[in-house]
Amino acid sequence: MINVKQSMATKVLINIAVLFFVVVWTIPTAGLLVSSIRDKDQLALSGWWTSLSASEQSLIHRTENPRDTQREQNGLFVLRGTITEANGGPISRFGWRAQQPTEYAVGEVAEMKKGKTMIVFEDGSYELRSPEKWQGKKGKRVFYTTTVPPKFTTANYSEVLNAQGLGQSFINSMTVTIPATIIPILIAAFAAYALAWMQFPGRILLVATIVGLLVVPLQMSLIPLLQIYTKVGAFFEVNAKTYMGIWLAHTGFGLPLAIYLLRNYIAGLPREIIESAKVDGASDFAIFRNIILPLSFPALASFAIFQFLWVWNDLLVAMVFLGNNEEQLVLTGRLREMLGSFGSNWELLTASAFITILVPIIVFFALQKYLVRGMLAGSVK
Amino acid sequence: MDINFDNLVSAIFLMISAVFACVSYFWGSNYLLDKLLPSLNQTPTKAAKNIRLGNAIRPWLFLGPALLLLTVYLIYPVFDSFRRSLMDADSSEFVGWSNYQWMLGDTKFQEAAINNLLWLIVVPAAATFLGLIIAALTDRVWWGNIAKSLIFMPMAISFIGASIIWKFIYDFRDDGDQIGLLNAIVTALGFEPQPWIQLPFWNNFFLMAILIWIQTGFAMVILSAALRGISEETIEAAVIDGANELQVFFKIMIPQIWGTIAVVWTTITILVLKVFDIVLAMTNGQWNTEVLANLMYGWMFQGGGDFGRGAAIAVVIMLAVTPIMVWNIRNASAEMKGK
Repeated sequence: MINVKQSMATKVLINIAVLFFVVVWTIPTAGLLVSSIRDKDQLALSGWWTSLSASEQSLIHRTENPRDTQREQNGLFVLRGTITEANGGPISRFGWRAQQPTEYAVGEVAEMKKGKTMIVFEDGSYELRSPEKWQGKKGKRVFYTTTVPPKFTTANYSEVLNAQGLGQSFINSMTVTIPATIIPILIAAFAAYALAWMQFPGRILLVATIVGLLVVPLQMSLIPLLQIYTKVGAFFEVNAKTYMGIWLAHTGFGLPLAIYLLRNYIAGLPREIIESAKVDGASDFAIFRNIILPLSFPALASFAIFQFLWVWNDLLVAMVFLGNNEEQLVLTGRLREMLGSFGSNWELLTASAFITILVPIIVFFALQKYLVRGMLAGSVK
Repeated sequence: MDINFDNLVSAIFLMISAVFACVSYFWGSNYLLDKLLPSLNQTPTKAAKNIRLGNAIRPWLFLGPALLLLTVYLIYPVFDSFRRSLMDADSSEFVGWSNYQWMLGDTKFQEAAINNLLWLIVVPAAATFLGLIIAALTDRVWWGNIAKSLIFMPMAISFIGASIIWKFIYDFRDDGDQIGLLNAIVTALGFEPQPWIQLPFWNNFFLMAILIWIQTGFAMVILSAALRGISEETIEAAVIDGANELQVFFKIMIPQIWGTIAVVWTTITILVLKVFDIVLAMTNGQWNTEVLANLMYGWMFQGGGDFGRGAAIAVVIMLAVTPIMVWNIRNASAEMKGK
């Protein structure tokens, strides 16, 4: 773009700077994705950036029922076994007291109380000896430290999708989003055409009003609408919180941007096409359907993406106009509830968050072109 | 998976009905108008009169549903919120300015107002500045479009999803390895780990970082387009006069895109005034991080809800966006009249 000659060093510096920004901006999401597929025990103990390296874990093994499995050998009572939970990872340290689970290195003989001894080998096999008979049916505890290989799993996802109700919320989000995206487009397109190409008194005033409504904060609408909804619900003796209610709410809130974007686009269509159609005797309805709609596809697509992302990601409107029950809780609302009840269960939170951001990210990457176009048209110049 | 698809099925059915209803409204009303005011086979004066009348009515048929919805969902509530802000908790009695008086004396409101001011100063400035820098840099590398795409991506993520992403980064452990990235970096550098979102005052900035992370991509995309729209001649002239690249950027390019910078700035400002989800999810206003929108939501439902106070806080947010609103309307009307 600029014809300034850049030295090699500047070029390298610029590349490094861009790389830095890209890394800073993508790392948070990458951390979420990696964490969501990690084993929950590993996730709770080590940072996600270590997920590819093996980690040390201190665990407990119990011997088999000592009373029945012990063998007498040279006057000593011996319990033998192998630690199998370590998944083949080598054992590095062991101990017999909970206070000092890493007291001994493998191969060392640990002196326990009353002349008993314990020895654990690297491969997990162990031996406990006692001059007296082992008592009780409960297995004796062997504390050991092992290196656990990295473990990835989809268990977190199946947990949140089934047990935590994310699957149902996903459907609920779809239920809210699809109509709340389509309905405003239809209504706005007709209004935009009227504002762009039809002559009537008060047109400029209307456009100005819509530009003004673009920035009206949602907060102004919440209380009055909640009251209207309660009254309407009571009048018809139905629940005030319905899908119909939230579709209309999202339609109302989305209309200013929809009309503004579409009007700007439709007003910019070539005058000759529309006028020649009128001369040919086409009605406004026919012009709209046969000329305006097909030509406005890029603007329609831009708005559709905006509205889709906005509705899918919305939390406030859903919290006010939809119920908190299984049939109505959308993904964002569910995430908020989980944040309250599983504040530190990161395996559940990361998996749930990833499910909620998956759809918008797919839409984003697939239709980025239209999104950018709409943003450029939408920012008031 | 035990999932109830009934809602989705009825949603699809209702959606088709809604689309059908819309189309039949527009088509039907248009048809009816043509039938009631025929222009064919009439005396010329009658036909002319009918055409004129039809043309006067038709725009309102097209605008009808939109105007109705805008009135119910946006225009009427603005007036109704003003009215309720002058009334008591359940909007039954007129109480004058007492909700506003309460507000001025309330420490939580003061905290929210100050925090909102901080957000207003920091977030638009940081997002616009970073967006501008990144836009300028990415235009100079061959993989700039991929870089832009990745930096733009957080735009698609919900505030609540982003909050979880960042809460994980700010995670704090008293003992053991830190699993939060920020504390891991801090401990690796030899400092003490901190419970970031509980640190008074500074925690606000950790919450703002989330919105900056989301909005920088928006600023970058708009400003990048503006930078590309700058006429080459001005740049070439500067280069011939011996300006170096930094001088070209700050003295030639920036002054030409001031208008766009202002647009980006105000757009983010409006968003910041309404910030709600991030604070709700990260702290719910604890540890001195309250903001107006979250406070308003709290009063709306707290203990059965105090609609008077809630509405009063909403009015404050509304007043804060009003200057931008007036400015936008003036620009738009000037543009309309210019045509």
